[in-house]
Amino acid sequence: MRVGVFICHCGNNIAGTIDVARVAEETRKLPGVVYATNYMYTCSEPGQAEIKQTIAREGLNRVVVAACSPRMHEVTFRRTVEKAGLNRYLFEMANIREHVSWIGEDREANTQKAIEAVRMAVAKAIRNRPLVSSSFAVNKKVLVIGAGVAGMQAALDCAEGGLETIVVEKSPSVGGMMARLDKTFPTIDCSICILGPKMVDLVQHERIRLHAYAEVEDVKGYVGNYQVKIRKKTTYVDWTKCTGCGVCMEKCPGKNAYDHFNCGVSPTRAINIPFPQAIPKKARIDPQFCRQFTKGKCGVCAKVCPTKAINYEMEDEIVSEDVGAIVVATGYGLLDLERLPEYGAGRYPDVITGIQYERLLNASGPTAGHIVRPSDGTEPKTLVFVSCAGSRDKSIGVPYCSNFCCMYIAKQAILTKDHLPDSQSYVFYMDIRAPGKGYDEFTRRAQEEYGARYIRGRVSRIYPKGKKMVVKGADTLLGTQVEIEADLVVLATAATAAPGASMLAEKLHISYDTNGFYVESHPKLRPVETNTAGVYLAGAAQGPKDIPASVSQGSAAAAKVLSLLSRDALESDPAIAHVNAAACVGCLKCLKTCPFQAIKEEDLRGKKVAAVIETVCAGCGVCTSTCPCGAIQLEHFTDNQILAEVNALCRM
Amino acid sequence: MADKRSYPYYEGCSLEGTAASYDSSLRLVMKSLGAALEEPPDWSCCGSTPAHAVDHLLAAALAARNLAIVEGMGSTTLVTPCPSCLSALKKAHGRMARNGAFKEEVNGLLDVPYRCTVAAKSALQVIYEDMGLEEVARPVTTAIPGLRVAPYYGCILNRPPALACFDDPENPVSMDLILKAVGVEVVDFAFKVECCGAAFGVPKGEIVHRLSAKVLDLALDAGANCIAVACPLCQQNLDLRQGQVNAAMGTSFNIPVLYFSQIMGLTYGYSPEQLGIDKHIVSAGALISTREPVEKAARAMGAGQKEAV
Repeated sequence: MRVGVFICHCGNNIAGTIDVARVAEETRKLPGVVYATNYMYTCSEPGQAEIKQTIAREGLNRVVVAACSPRMHEVTFRRTVEKAGLNRYLFEMANIREHVSWIGEDREANTQKAIEAVRMAVAKAIRNRPLVSSSFAVNKKVLVIGAGVAGMQAALDCAEGGLETIVVEKSPSVGGMMARLDKTFPTIDCSICILGPKMVDLVQHERIRLHAYAEVEDVKGYVGNYQVKIRKKTTYVDWTKCTGCGVCMEKCPGKNAYDHFNCGVSPTRAINIPFPQAIPKKARIDPQFCRQFTKGKCGVCAKVCPTKAINYEMEDEIVSEDVGAIVVATGYGLLDLERLPEYGAGRYPDVITGIQYERLLNASGPTAGHIVRPSDGTEPKTLVFVSCAGSRDKSIGVPYCSNFCCMYIAKQAILTKDHLPDSQSYVFYMDIRAPGKGYDEFTRRAQEEYGARYIRGRVSRIYPKGKKMVVKGADTLLGTQVEIEADLVVLATAATAAPGASMLAEKLHISYDTNGFYVESHPKLRPVETNTAGVYLAGAAQGPKDIPASVSQGSAAAAKVLSLLSRDALESDPAIAHVNAAACVGCLKCLKTCPFQAIKEEDLRGKKVAAVIETVCAGCGVCTSTCPCGAIQLEHFTDNQILAEVNALCRM
Repeated sequence: MADKRSYPYYEGCSLEGTAASYDSSLRLVMKSLGAALEEPPDWSCCGSTPAHAVDHLLAAALAARNLAIVEGMGSTTLVTPCPSCLSALKKAHGRMARNGAFKEEVNGLLDVPYRCTVAAKSALQVIYEDMGLEEVARPVTTAIPGLRVAPYYGCILNRPPALACFDDPENPVSMDLILKAVGVEVVDFAFKVECCGAAFGVPKGEIVHRLSAKVLDLALDAGANCIAVACPLCQQNLDLRQGQVNAAMGTSFNIPVLYFSQIMGLTYGYSPEQLGIDKHIVSAGALISTREPVEKAARAMGAGQKEAV
């Protein structure tokens, strides 16, 4: 055995609190080690050249690098030893930076701990065996979950890149939150006018198939080969027949249905098409409000429908799709007003949310773009905007900034002045966060050209007095309390994780943070990847973000998918579980504990045994600790290899 | 019906002085509800504002002394009508229960150590949670037509939420429901938990004038002709100082401010004199002169309706 060890200084990151020369010196004494040195930056080009030269000069057959986390550079060094003719699994890494130098200040203790870490790595390297990857075919289709602006961008880019693309959208129409907005900051261009063409492109694209009003039911498989079950929720309307003429909606007597698209600003009909530009423009029955379902008789829509598309007996349908990659673009939700009792918890009709105000401003909204008070339909004169309604408030579990509220409130203040020149807007803010291109100029325009009065401070209470709503808050710049009698109050409620985000995360085996947003693989360097290969993120599902950022992420996720699926075959990681059929007693405990359904039952000459499906196994090792007779071993992490490390650690 | 209840009753200093009518009315109401109130022997100051403004340790020791007496009575619950007492008792208990060193320090000052086994509750909480609305409605004999009450909880009765552990800190409903249960009309009041100015009445009266004026104004705006309170200081600021408020703010408020227990007592058939209503500054005489007996049948039906609400 000829082991070579390279101890990295990582500048001062490691050498600052570890005596690297002594680690090398102690390492030289280990059996099997024929060469050990310390080096300034092992990951640098000369550092890697040094490793390659040493392998040739010293005839090394195992290499250990003691440096940073294997998550950073294991791939780099594996490639290096491979270029020098060694199998990449004969390389082993000791993490003496994240695990040692960065977390301890005692130089002596750190040096001792580093010596032990290297000793463990050497012991394991000696027992490492060459492993060879096998390759498997990939399915060149992609699934995009969510058809807001981020998901649509990802789908269009994937389809343009030649991939067959399947889009699943939870609501009856594509468009997401952006379809609800009136104008967009900082250019004040009409939201649906710039989104509409994308929506049309999406449904007309020859390589895109849309499942609207559908949700992902189940996901199985692995990168390159996912099997997805999609639940197409029942609409009680046969969409192959529905022409979107809207006669049913006109005649429907169920007039008090909750309008999801308009966020409850006004009621809609029990059978409805969500908005004029909806795509697909098809009707859906809301059985919660439909008389046919609540009272058992009505049938008006069925009678008036010219194409006989209504079917009250319709049921959910499950369809299966096989794809190679998945983009998750499920967007965000909004904090429930009930969580803000000091602002009335939704009890006051003239205290509304920012998204509801967008619908009031919008020409295709329930008031045809006229700003009126929900309570009495009169035009408001004094408006108050509260920019952090729940955001940055640890006490209600939203410690983060919702990212886009400062900007949309400035926009709404500008639009309000356009709609109602006699009105006066006040904006309560904690800080004005406007770091994007042209953003700060925009918030200044709201103040300087449109006369919005910005008050720095938080609102402590909103209460009704006569017909007015009194907004009571602090002005921290003047050091005083302020009370404004407003006709209409708009709360920029905090952006939250989309409802059901955690359930979808569990189906996809991806992680989410304490706030429910999906976690990217690396916050800086892998912003649209997840830790599950083949699953990517786009848009506000990963954290609140505005339209430009969402679109950028949609395109970024598409680029990742296109690069992944540009290959005909992917290499599998050989560090997976193997069953020693001779030792297996067929108890199949492993089958039950495997989180990836990677174990199947097999018949071996009349004996029941477990077998690993190599392409599905993720190498997590749960089965190896479950197996009562040690018949399953995880390659590269066998019992013998791990025990060798433990022995090396315990031997003083 | 539960067994006969008995509570250690820590009345605190106000209820022997300015808030004597809170005390007398609460005792009558508790009697009607079948609960006995036992005065802890040799109780002392709870350690509220004047004490904790000077020394937190000594303030906690004052509170713990009373809690230890209740422990000596073999009880784990203590009822106090005054939110200031409640806050002082709960604060001391909470800090001692969480912090062993502080507990030792406080107990070092006491003859009888406090073992942290007593939960202090407001009279409102005990009536709402232990008796419940159904029992609260049972003794009702009298209706007060025309009375429209704004329930005013004050700032500390159910705050801070982590300490108080009772009702909603921003929009409490317990007093609303109790008053509705005894057949009284309650208005939707937005200023339930706003500050009345509290103890600023002495050092800086204008604060009380300004803040209490808002409470009175909003109550009128909400359509109330009476305010119900659960705090001696709120009652004092809104009632005793109502004239001062009018003089300072140029207003002409004339709105009676009653303890919720006094309103309950009226519906249970006690006289205004028994309940101490005649001792208030702003007279409620005309307002409550509409009292009339409730028919048994109507009462049963009314109670049923209220539960549905």
